[in-house]
Amino acid sequence: MSALLRVSDLTVEYDTLGGALRAVDGVSFTIAPGETVAIVGESGSGKSSIAHALLRLIPRASGRIAGGRIEFAGEDLAALPEHAMRRVRGARIGMIFQDPMMALNPVYTIGRQIAEPLLLHGSVPVRRAMDRVVELLTLVGVPAPEERIRQYPHNLSGGMRQRVMIAMALASGPRLLIADEPTTALDVTVQAQVLALVDELKARLGMAVLLITHDLAVVSEVAARVVVMYAGRKVEEGPVNEVFADPAHPYTRGLLAASDWSGDPRERLREIPGTVPALAELPEGCSFWPRCPDAEPRCRAARPAELASGARRASCVHAERIWRPS
Amino acid sequence: MTVQVASGVVSLWHRFRRNRAAVLGLAIMALIVLAAAFGPLLYPVDPFDMLGRPSTVPSQRFPLGTDVSGRDILAGLLHGARVSLLIGIAASLAATLVGLVVGALAGYFGGWLDAVLMRTTDFFLTIPSFVLAVLIVAIFQPSVLIITASIAVVSWPSVARLARAEFVSHQGRDYVDACRAMGMSNAEIMLRQILPNALPPVIVIASLMVATAILTESGLSFLGLGDPNIISWGYMIGVGRTVLRTAWWMSAIPGVTILITVLAINLVGEGLNEALNPRMRQR
Amino acid sequence: MTSRLSYVALRALQVIPAVLAIAVLNFILLHMAPGDAADVIAGLSGHASAEMTAELRRSFGLDQPLIVQFFVYIGRLLTLDLGISLIQSRPVVELIAERMGATLILMLTAIGVAVGIGLLLGILAALRHRSWTDTALSVLALVVYATPQFWLGLMLIVFFSITLDIFPSGGMRTIGAEFGPIHSVLDVARHLVLPAGTLGLFYVALYTRLMRTSMLDIMTLDYITTARAKGMSELRIAFTHAARNALLPIVTLLGVQVGHLLGGSILVETVFGWPGLGRLVLDALLQRDLVLLLGILFISSVVVVLTNLLVDVIYGLLDPRLARK
Ligand SMILES: Nc1ncnc2c1ncn2[C@@H]1O[C@H](COP(=O)(O)OP(=O)(O)O)[C@@H](O)[C@H]1O
Ligand SMILES: [Mg+2]
Repeated sequence: MSALLRVSDLTVEYDTLGGALRAVDGVSFTIAPGETVAIVGESGSGKSSIAHALLRLIPRASGRIAGGRIEFAGEDLAALPEHAMRRVRGARIGMIFQDPMMALNPVYTIGRQIAEPLLLHGSVPVRRAMDRVVELLTLVGVPAPEERIRQYPHNLSGGMRQRVMIAMALASGPRLLIADEPTTALDVTVQAQVLALVDELKARLGMAVLLITHDLAVVSEVAARVVVMYAGRKVEEGPVNEVFADPAHPYTRGLLAASDWSGDPRERLREIPGTVPALAELPEGCSFWPRCPDAEPRCRAARPAELASGARRASCVHAERIWRPS
Repeated sequence: MTVQVASGVVSLWHRFRRNRAAVLGLAIMALIVLAAAFGPLLYPVDPFDMLGRPSTVPSQRFPLGTDVSGRDILAGLLHGARVSLLIGIAASLAATLVGLVVGALAGYFGGWLDAVLMRTTDFFLTIPSFVLAVLIVAIFQPSVLIITASIAVVSWPSVARLARAEFVSHQGRDYVDACRAMGMSNAEIMLRQILPNALPPVIVIASLMVATAILTESGLSFLGLGDPNIISWGYMIGVGRTVLRTAWWMSAIPGVTILITVLAINLVGEGLNEALNPRMRQR
Repeated sequence: MTSRLSYVALRALQVIPAVLAIAVLNFILLHMAPGDAADVIAGLSGHASAEMTAELRRSFGLDQPLIVQFFVYIGRLLTLDLGISLIQSRPVVELIAERMGATLILMLTAIGVAVGIGLLLGILAALRHRSWTDTALSVLALVVYATPQFWLGLMLIVFFSITLDIFPSGGMRTIGAEFGPIHSVLDVARHLVLPAGTLGLFYVALYTRLMRTSMLDIMTLDYITTARAKGMSELRIAFTHAARNALLPIVTLLGVQVGHLLGGSILVETVFGWPGLGRLVLDALLQRDLVLLLGILFISSVVVVLTNLLVDVIYGLLDPRLARK
């Protein structure tokens, strides 16, 4: 299978007063053309860091990609010179963010902000730009687009703003859309609409989607495969239906139980005991063992190797009996 | 209590020390204060006495030369240091006190009192402060007291604004409500509870204000609005100005002295800012 | 749009109490002087006779109760009747109007050029955060902050007029020279370089620092990341998305600076013999002309209030969110 995106051993570090922190530690995954892959994990597990790293958006002042390859359509983005990288951003890979209010510039009109990527990448002639913006707004289901283009972000509702962000990310027809918790900041009623829109556009435009979320119900609806992150490491990966039906890692099991995505809504959520450890004080061995119900002495001794079974991967010693090293 | 204060000072010093520029500023400040305190004693020359020929270059007898009337420039600098520091510090203290009271009352009580006090503060911020200072000194005749007062009058509003913001932010917090529930009086809460928390940023702005006050004082005395009985750096620049073509150093020397003094105070102020408000440190 | 108009109108209304307050301050200052105003003014003017004091007292209405005096005085100020300069025996308004032009030329040139340079340097410093350039600019700014403006003016005269002889050391025009219109503008410009440079340098430093800080704040915000994710270059982001937002908090400060600028201009005009308000202040001081000084305080305060109004209106144009408030 020729992947659209092949991330291998991606490592992201941030500089802090106490030294370098590994927010992403040797993470690998792939996305096929037209496929939707979800990354899940508690807050702070490194999801956004992966998303930013893919577009090389980690601010130089605070951190860096410390290792790994990001092969996109045959090119290693991690090694690309900055000017070449700029031709990838917003053109071949689009990105939308968690909070559309913060992600839109308050002093520029909607029209101008959507037109920018079009003009930057020369996708349309200048005098056609606004027509194209109107088309895009229509595509993402914004009513009265001719009026919207003259309005400012604060004139729009949260859901409309996120649609504007999506229009902006899609402006140049990217082959991959990265969506970093695109619905977290929205009203519950709007969340489903926005997700349905992303799903529909994906099918219509034939692009791949990397969806970052902590909402497992969403994952089961729209994603084909899922990557589970814990404290900067990938702990499990595989087809969504298989992983959710029979999670191999205790952390995935905990997440599923806590989110209660298919259960009786009256049943109380079961939380994973304990909290995510600070990156600066990760335990030896498996980083999950202090919270793990099945922890054994050997979990503390060494970092578990990644085991494979078909399309599935997991880094837990308990999968050993049935799975082989990948 | 004293132990607490002492250890607080020690840790403050540890944080302050990290900023090398601030330490340099503090060292320069110390030298200037020493010069102001002991200089006139160690170098007992009356800065108003016409001792030599006018406008001589530095020599053994006059280390920095003489001015247009044959007065010793070094003696002028040493005596001028006293005036500059005295007025700078006194004006800053007075302005800080007034500003703190106004800001605390406005921030703590809010309502109409807040509205009245802050309108007044904003009003004083719009009046061109140097013009107002000039007018005050002109009305009352120049003396150290009047000059100090005029600088304080134009300086307090910025302290008031800052203090108000601090008091407003503390006034709604739980610990203040708890104090009230315990039956503490408003004055007690303001002085004993909120003030210590509000003080650090106020101290910073007060220290920086000393620098501004010294600059304002020099401007006033340059315009001839200095105390006629006391020599000051601004006055010396004004005197040297008349012979700028032939003896430029006569104005240059006191000017450089002002520059170094003000720079040193600003460095110390920045250092204090970093040491007292560590959140703001990154830049 | 209508909400913007009403915002401007509302803001303009606030000028009225501000001007009233300035008038009240003037009245208070006049009465704070030891003795009554007539004594003070007559005394300060140096040639006080009994008739003159009595005449003054009547002309100021000082024989009236204080409250009456107050309203008469305020009424006069509000109709721009600032009294007669005792020394020059001319209406204060006239004297000020004569000098206002020169001061405005100096102030606007200084602040205009300084803000332009300062903003550019600020963006540069932010783009090169923590580089050698950034540090050098910070150190320079600290030194400039500590420099007395009038002294800087003197030193520039020593260097550029006396030593190099490339710029005139004072005045606004070459005395006795006959120029055509173009040359006389150039002549004023040549005279303007040193005073405007002296007055402006402080603001170059100030706006460099302000813009740098503001830019650094803005550059961490999400919409800057969005711009990066569109494929925009850092330079372009800095000058469009970031600069436009970074300007907002700085524009509001411009209003506050006008009063400071006026103060600086008084000293700088004194140094360079620039025939503006500052020189008028010096003349008034030398001649102890309190009425004139009070008039200058009134007018310059009103100028500050009006500038603040202008700045707020500009802010309203720059920030689309304001229309909502
Ligand atoms: N700019 C930064 N500087 C320092 N640490 C950071 C920075 N950004 C993120 N981190 C740290 O990296 C870790 C992962 O963060 P993030 O990728 O945002 O996780 P998630 O998106 O899963 O919540 C967290 O511990 C966070 O504190
Ligand atoms: Mg995140």
